[in-house]
Amino acid sequence: MEFTLHVWRQSGPAAPGRFETLSVKDISEHMSFLEMLDLVNERLIAEGKEPIAFDHDCREGICGTCGLMINGVPHGPLGLTTACQLHMRHLKGAKEIWVEPWRARAFPVIKDLVVDRSALDRIIQAGGYISVRTGSAPEANSIPVKKIDADMAMDAAICIGCGACVAACPNGSAMLFTAAKVSHLGLLPQGQPERFDRVLSMVEAHDREGFGNCTNHGACQNACPKGISVDFIARLNRDLVKAALTYKPYEITAV
Amino acid sequence: MELNAKIPSGPIEQRWTKHRFEMKLVSPANKRKYTVIVIGTGLAGASAAATMAELGYNVRVYTYNDSARRAHSIAAQGGINAAKNYQNDGDSVYRLFYDTVKGGDFRSRESNVYRLAELSVNIIDQCVAQGVPFAREYSGLLDNRSFGGAQVSRTFYARGQTGQQLLLGCYQALQKEVAGGNAKVFTRHELLDVVVVDGVARGVVLRDMVSGRIFSDAADAVVLATGGYSNVFFLSTNAKGCNVTATWRAHRRGAGFANPCFTQIHPTCIPPSGEYQSKLTLMSESLRNDGRIWVPKRAGDTRAPGDIPEDERDYYLERLYPAFGNLSPRDISSRRAKEMVDRGHGVGPLRNGVYLDFKDAIARLGREKIRERYGNLFAMYEKITGEDPYEVPMRIYPAPHYTMGGLWVDYNLQTTIPGLFAAGEANFSDHGANRLGASALMQGLADGYFILPLTIGDWLARVKPGANTTDHPAFRDAEREAKARVDALLAVGGKTSVDTFHMRLGRIMWDKCGMSRNAAGLKEALDQVRQLREEFWRDVRVLGSGDTLNQSLEKAGRVADFLEFAELMCYDALARDESCGAHYREEHTTEDGEAKRNDEKFAFVSVWEFRGVGEEPILHKEPLTFEYVPLSTRSYK
Repeated sequence: MEFTLHVWRQSGPAAPGRFETLSVKDISEHMSFLEMLDLVNERLIAEGKEPIAFDHDCREGICGTCGLMINGVPHGPLGLTTACQLHMRHLKGAKEIWVEPWRARAFPVIKDLVVDRSALDRIIQAGGYISVRTGSAPEANSIPVKKIDADMAMDAAICIGCGACVAACPNGSAMLFTAAKVSHLGLLPQGQPERFDRVLSMVEAHDREGFGNCTNHGACQNACPKGISVDFIARLNRDLVKAALTYKPYEITAV
Repeated sequence: MELNAKIPSGPIEQRWTKHRFEMKLVSPANKRKYTVIVIGTGLAGASAAATMAELGYNVRVYTYNDSARRAHSIAAQGGINAAKNYQNDGDSVYRLFYDTVKGGDFRSRESNVYRLAELSVNIIDQCVAQGVPFAREYSGLLDNRSFGGAQVSRTFYARGQTGQQLLLGCYQALQKEVAGGNAKVFTRHELLDVVVVDGVARGVVLRDMVSGRIFSDAADAVVLATGGYSNVFFLSTNAKGCNVTATWRAHRRGAGFANPCFTQIHPTCIPPSGEYQSKLTLMSESLRNDGRIWVPKRAGDTRAPGDIPEDERDYYLERLYPAFGNLSPRDISSRRAKEMVDRGHGVGPLRNGVYLDFKDAIARLGREKIRERYGNLFAMYEKITGEDPYEVPMRIYPAPHYTMGGLWVDYNLQTTIPGLFAAGEANFSDHGANRLGASALMQGLADGYFILPLTIGDWLARVKPGANTTDHPAFRDAEREAKARVDALLAVGGKTSVDTFHMRLGRIMWDKCGMSRNAAGLKEALDQVRQLREEFWRDVRVLGSGDTLNQSLEKAGRVADFLEFAELMCYDALARDESCGAHYREEHTTEDGEAKRNDEKFAFVSVWEFRGVGEEPILHKEPLTFEYVPLSTRSYK
């Protein structure tokens, strides 16, 4: 394969970025997209030029580290696929390929295609857990969970935290990410005691980090490499409304 | 080097209970005065960090990833074993213990394995309470599946993403502690050295991978939970960032390294498709339930699989192991596949695989049934190779996957350096010479949730809190050395990229210290690794600077350490003049080509002491005794 690669280069968070145009030849269609970038980097190094920085780790679509805008689409044209699992044969015929970092206010660029997604960790810190001290758990089968609930919880829990939903959203919202965690835990009996505190505080953290609001575009669902449904956002909204209207945090009253 | 494993006495069922009582405690009010550093946020690191923070210690955690949620435990597919006996099929703690010792080909420590089996049941309770969405039956109760090396159904799973769900459980528990202030997590940081003063671990030297700043951190104890070293082979199923640096640096500072040559090669991975290949992808071994493995009988046969008639195919596993056939254990299946490819029977464009054929299963069960069982795996295969496994047989080949070797630890998971602990794949602990499926997750969580938080208390109760500070000159020295090394890598200014060196190292190790080994080859490998290391320091090209994000520089540091570590692996493989589990020495085979153990001479753990780069390390031995599981020979005929 042979094509023109336009790749975003930015030396640091405060530096201005720009597209660099490279003419790329001799690419096997069996390469993954990241292997193509590896090869481009090897060629840059041979020419004495600094290689392109991009995040990646497991290269099997589960760690959520890689994240590239490929021709304007998060993770590229093939649905339900992370950039590391996208193979060049799916870009056959493309004369030009544009590669950019995730672009969102809450994801500042660190270098080239690498962004800072630590805001997602801070949303989890706000309540994306079930408080259970090690050692204090009851016997695992003592609380049965309906299969359909467990399966639905799993449908939400498979989120890999890559941030494609944020990059796809015109508002830069991380609502699909937040909703996936709220739903995963809220669907299980173990998650009930903290359910309404959780949704209030996670949504508050989400807004504080500079993510935009959800206005039901649904672009996140299309971009999600794990196929997480926007129905979970509806579920989050139900919990949020319920919590905001009826739920009172526990208060200690003096006797 | 003193090797006191500190194994409690008494009946094996009571050892851990007895030990828990005998260990010293830190009172609740004093816990906050102690600081523990944890390196790595996989299952072992994250669960240990979360649990210790919960107990009240100050915990500082460092990971090279951009989030604690991304460590490679996340990629584990199959499941986690636990002796719950929910299936009423005769399982017990004792049986899990027995299977694991036997599966490890009698090269692990009985007491540790028993404790692992004992704690397995608590792990499942803990994970369920955290909200891990394990698979369930219609009754609402937990489901199990079967796995290799066992005759009972004891594996708990969450679709094909068990590792991900367990890791997210630990990660969330850790984030809760971050919010509560007891734990701090530093992402995009990597360890460059361990600081040891008067034989005791005092802290670490780190590099902030974004700013390039090199600095120290001191603590009352240091935990390395930094995973395995399969990436010494360049191509493996590990994540690209997995590396040996932390354990190697600890080894250089005096920590004994145990059984480095015990590396597991997984039989069912997708073969490389070209020189540019960056990593290998595992296909679940469950495929071998219905797929038949074969190669063309005639070497160099280039016909398409469909054009090769039945009587010109060699179903070699079925031929050699009629009892187990395509379900023979990992080490045997891997070795036989290599043998076939080496003899010229390899298939695919690069002649580097064997067929895993579902034609008969599809004819017997129908396409739909196969889709139901393996649909997601078939889709993944097609995504990567562009071939449809319903129509043409899959091509598979073995790949490095897990390393049983690691830092030597005693029963408390403390290395030979007091104050330095190792957990999870980073220690050598429980798997002997071969790990059974679904037991890596179990070990990581047993270490992190239930063992380390207690044993570390026993250590802390003996030291004065806060006595270690980075003011000690040893920290300045270690920082200076680390900086000098970074500068040296940038200063070489050679012509060859880091990846090129890594690939060449991988090729040497795979050919000479991979699935099968012999003395002559290992000696050659020792020479070749030394030459390559010398060439690396003469000719590597690392561009850019040390004070920004520089991925080539990160890689260069890791490959430099692999180039030192590789030598140790070869020494170990050479010294272990027997075959056992995943370690197959061609000189020691039975008449029909099976691994031949030598219990009289080699029933010990090899523990290596560092003497200097390029110098022959010193071998120490921890003898292994088998009081409960009698030594026997595995047979799958």
